[in-house]
Amino acid sequence: MKKIIDFYISGFKEMSVHNKKLWVIILVKLFIMFIILKIFFFPNFLNSKFDTDKEKGDYVIEQLIGQE
Amino acid sequence: MEHFDLALVDWSRAQFALTALYHWIFVPLTLGLSFIVAFMHTIYYKTRDEEWKIMTRFWMKLFGINFAIGVATGIILEFEFGLNWSNYSWIVGDIFGAPLAIEGILAFFLESSFIAIMFFGWDRVSKKFHMLSSWFVAIGSNLSALWILIANAWMQNPTGTAFNADTARNEMVNFFDIALSPTAVFKFLHTVSQSYVIGALFVISISAWFILKNRHLLFARKSIIIASVFGLLASVFVSITGDSSSFNIAHTQPMKLAAMEALYDGEESADLYVVGLLNKNKDNTNFKGIKIPGMLSIMAFRNADAFVPGVNDILNGNEEQGILSAESRIEKGKIAIKALADYKQARKEGNDELADQKLKEFETNYSHFGYGFFKDKEEIVPNVPLTFYSFHIMVALGLFFILLFAWLLYVSLKDRLVKNKLLLIISLWSLLLGYIATELGWIVAEVGRQPWTIQDLLPVTASTSHLSVGSVQTTFFMFFALFSVLLIAEIKILITQIKKGPEKGGSHV
Repeated sequence: MKKIIDFYISGFKEMSVHNKKLWVIILVKLFIMFIILKIFFFPNFLNSKFDTDKEKGDYVIEQLIGQE
Repeated sequence: MEHFDLALVDWSRAQFALTALYHWIFVPLTLGLSFIVAFMHTIYYKTRDEEWKIMTRFWMKLFGINFAIGVATGIILEFEFGLNWSNYSWIVGDIFGAPLAIEGILAFFLESSFIAIMFFGWDRVSKKFHMLSSWFVAIGSNLSALWILIANAWMQNPTGTAFNADTARNEMVNFFDIALSPTAVFKFLHTVSQSYVIGALFVISISAWFILKNRHLLFARKSIIIASVFGLLASVFVSITGDSSSFNIAHTQPMKLAAMEALYDGEESADLYVVGLLNKNKDNTNFKGIKIPGMLSIMAFRNADAFVPGVNDILNGNEEQGILSAESRIEKGKIAIKALADYKQARKEGNDELADQKLKEFETNYSHFGYGFFKDKEEIVPNVPLTFYSFHIMVALGLFFILLFAWLLYVSLKDRLVKNKLLLIISLWSLLLGYIATELGWIVAEVGRQPWTIQDLLPVTASTSHLSVGSVQTTFFMFFALFSVLLIAEIKILITQIKKGPEKGGSHV
């Protein structure tokens, strides 16, 4: 396990400054996607409204048959 | 369908299209370039020639930049499924779950485990293991694409499943019917092979630039030979799988095929249009250009005399050819929707006998279910000009790439490449054409199948969530800004790296 961790650490350490910038961009992108977008802008619609699968299924069927 | 908001549907579609088209800038390059890197790495492993090591490292570096910027852009599509397309996501949930879970477990871990070894493994692991890691990354990337394309193919041709009227979900009946349906097989083969063309064009375009700048000539010529061979094989395979896909579409999505050829009135010995312009007529006088007699019939049914249905046949029906009219299907679809409502009501009231009767009625008409959401039969026609032009430009570019790869290979082997400025300039710009072709391919596939999210069963209008249009518009423009910034960043980093050129030694990716 230690070997694997050392492998990654030394790999990252030996990257050029330019490639380190690339990794910074990636981390910022992942932060925007998974923290800002997912949490604040993209909650799961059905999960945020209903607790059980039955409620979700009933809601979708109501949507399909137009009984809003 | 009056209870569905069309503006919301259009903005949700626009957002999904924007995300998918952006995501597809990175994916084909990852799929194609990974194999080219693996080939070069193998040649280095076999020959121990330092020149091949330099080539492998350079292209691997560019692969790494593309992979890193593109990674997780597909996740946004899943966010959109969950928020904007909740009806659809719920209905397909069980079908998408299995392929995507397999992707996550098998392909993603294969890809992500070996990618670090591929980038950081120079002189740290054995040469053989390092070379194999490049192959595992390539295979893992392509396996990821396999499962996602299986899921997409099911939407185009829903097989191997049954709809559960109690849970409103499609349930898997036969995994192999889904995974090995001809639609899935041809879609995968066509999509990955055209990705290999993108990988080849990327190498050729950059190598041509080096030659035009009189830099790294040996490196560039060797790269072009490898990419031309790979690209030539891939582009011929693209045309074969494209033909197989058209054959499949003729049987599963006849409206899409009619739109691809702008065929309004079906005919026997139908012609295939090579090049030309459409006018506004909605009949077979709508085209001026060159055509190959009987070729569409051969492409669609492997028979030069076969009848190919047009848009009007599918709309109005054709008794002689056994085609049900759209109006009849709309009627049957409405019966299915009503039967589903009555079934739910009967279940609620505990009337099992009536529930069973209504369920049977629903199942009998289920193959027309999606049509019940339409008021007007014209709603089942996709955007014909967009599908037609996208298809024809894509095919023309596909044929052009075959010629380009063959020409490049011939000139390279004759050692005349450096002097052929015209070919080098064409090669330089060919990457842009490759991207146009691949994005048009998705437009044919996805615009051509409108108005369906699931063919015949669920239209896009019934697939969306109840959201405000404003919230979708806001996230659309947020994505547009985010994607633009990321794309500019990637292009800037790539150009910097390309300008630096291949170098001996240097740091890891």
